Amino acid sequence: MDWMKIMSAIFIVVMLVFLWPRAGHMLRESRKGSSSEWLVVVLILFGVAGFVAFLMHGISAKPI
Amino acid sequence: MSLQNPTVTGRSESLLATNQLIRNTYLMLSLTLVWSAAMAGVAMWLRVPNMISLVAMFGSMALIWFVLPRTANSSAGLLTVFAITGLMGLGLGPTINYYLHMEGGDQIVMTALGGTGAIFLALSAYALTTRRDFSFMGGFLMVGLIVVLLAMLGNLFFHLPALSMALSAAVILLMSGFILFDTSRMVNGGEDNYLVMTVSLYLNIYNIFVSLLNLLGASRD
Repeated sequence: MDWMKIMSAIFIVVMLVFLWPRAGHMLRESRKGSSSEWLVVVLILFGVAGFVAFLMHGISAKPI
Repeated sequence: MSLQNPTVTGRSESLLATNQLIRNTYLMLSLTLVWSAAMAGVAMWLRVPNMISLVAMFGSMALIWFVLPRTANSSAGLLTVFAITGLMGLGLGPTINYYLHMEGGDQIVMTALGGTGAIFLALSAYALTTRRDFSFMGGFLMVGLIVVLLAMLGNLFFHLPALSMALSAAVILLMSGFILFDTSRMVNGGEDNYLVMTVSLYLNIYNIFVSLLNLLGASRD
């Protein structure tokens, strides 16, 4: 295994160590969203996913 | 008897503070994006190796975790934010160089740049104009981030291209959620420091750009 992989793995583990307690805190402290609030988020994220798919299609269809 | 209604005065002061926070955050974000792009240009010109890029990322994360919380309320915070974004820009140089050397690489990089800008502007505009409260997403986003990081750790060893693409797509959706969450924190309260807000939004943009590069590069292949 090369050094880049080892360093990348260490980087991700360090991120996880720092994020873990914050995630727990946010899970406990965040207010619960209503179903209509989540529906808005899902629709927005669908829009983003559609836009990304459009960009990917544009790139793969372009002649080199 | 006072002629001023204290409730109205308090509300207008709060609105003024929010508007100032939004203005300062976007001004600072524009400056840091330009600075970061300049540093990425320097890294591309010097052909900085990948290892230096990873060290720069380590440095920027250390600054975010250990230095920014201590300096965010002082003038040293400005220097910290420019150091963070400069290092992240430096770290981005080799990645952009890699995509530029692919066939049609300039189209990939420009599309990723434009796509990132469009996603950020549309989501920010939505959160700012509707003033919706997205604070309920916090726990979900953090758990999503941890799941994605664990999957990335696994993929370092298994090297599955399909998983890599799925993770890039997941990061784009997560960071889109974070843009809504962070902008809502700025508008509805929850964060009143423009330097912390700048770094949060910068990280969202940075991650969307890198993931979009990965997806577009893979779709060209």
